[in-house]
Amino acid sequence: MAQPAAMPHDDHDHPHALLPPEPALRVKALETILTRKGLVDPAALDEIIDTYQNKIGPQNGARVVAKAWTDPEFKRALLEDATPVVADLGFYGRQGEHIVVVENTPAQHNMVVCTLCSCYPWPLLGIPPGWYKSDAYRARAVREPRKVLAEFGVALPSETAVRVWDSTAEIRYLVLPMRPKGTVSLDEDALTALVTRDSMIGTGLPKVPS
Amino acid sequence: MTDCIAHTAPEPVFAEPWHAQVFAVTVALNEAGRFDWPEWATRFSATLKRHGLKKELDGGEDYFRAWLETLETLLVDGGETNAGDIDAVSAAWEKAYLTTPHGSPVELSAD
Repeated sequence: MAQPAAMPHDDHDHPHALLPPEPALRVKALETILTRKGLVDPAALDEIIDTYQNKIGPQNGARVVAKAWTDPEFKRALLEDATPVVADLGFYGRQGEHIVVVENTPAQHNMVVCTLCSCYPWPLLGIPPGWYKSDAYRARAVREPRKVLAEFGVALPSETAVRVWDSTAEIRYLVLPMRPKGTVSLDEDALTALVTRDSMIGTGLPKVPS
Repeated sequence: MTDCIAHTAPEPVFAEPWHAQVFAVTVALNEAGRFDWPEWATRFSATLKRHGLKKELDGGEDYFRAWLETLETLLVDGGETNAGDIDAVSAAWEKAYLTTPHGSPVELSAD
């Protein structure tokens, strides 16, 4: 992470409050202007931040995946039309209006990117990680997916095709990874713990039970 | 090309408080109906593309700088504010930080 642009008093006593970096001041300015106009409410902003920092994250998607692994009827419905199915579990709202789940099989591995910006199924995965938003991933995921997968430590059998899905503001994809071998005796909660964020983006595989 | 590899350590959702703030302001305005998300995505991707011509964006600080620029432009285009206002209120905040004793809450004077 880049250092903030202006932190002039890092190593001595501060005679005044620490000056935030320039973009932080501009964000504060926007917030002030919009609050004065009644267009935003500071309490609502705190609530939004708290939600994405503490409440919504890949654990939501992991529950969906684990349920799909254990309940064939749920899985069938999920692959057919995911949005209402995950909404029934309480995962809906911002950037979750149209979610499509793509299933990994021995014949096809799926991987998700947003080539335009950073579209991502927030209700299931939270806010995307930095690398998902980087130019490098956005450009290379499409051009050389196997090489990118190798950098993530994912080596696929040569007979497995890789399909890359481009999420947009209208359609957001979630990968349903394959259930790891040796998990027959595990219940849904134990399976949930094996599902990583990256396995639902397609840049990783689920953990294997120890 | 190093970013795809550096993914193992857990990372905070927002690396800097202002990243969270600008995100929240945008989401709140979207929910209030000031713009729809496809419009946001179109504008934001155009900013990213423009910034990406100058250097390869790493998806961190530069991503949120592009986000902030997009939001400012969108608000100026929509008549909600103008560049002069943003500069002036931003300068007022800077002054408030520089004149508030360390440890006291920083507040904007009501002028």
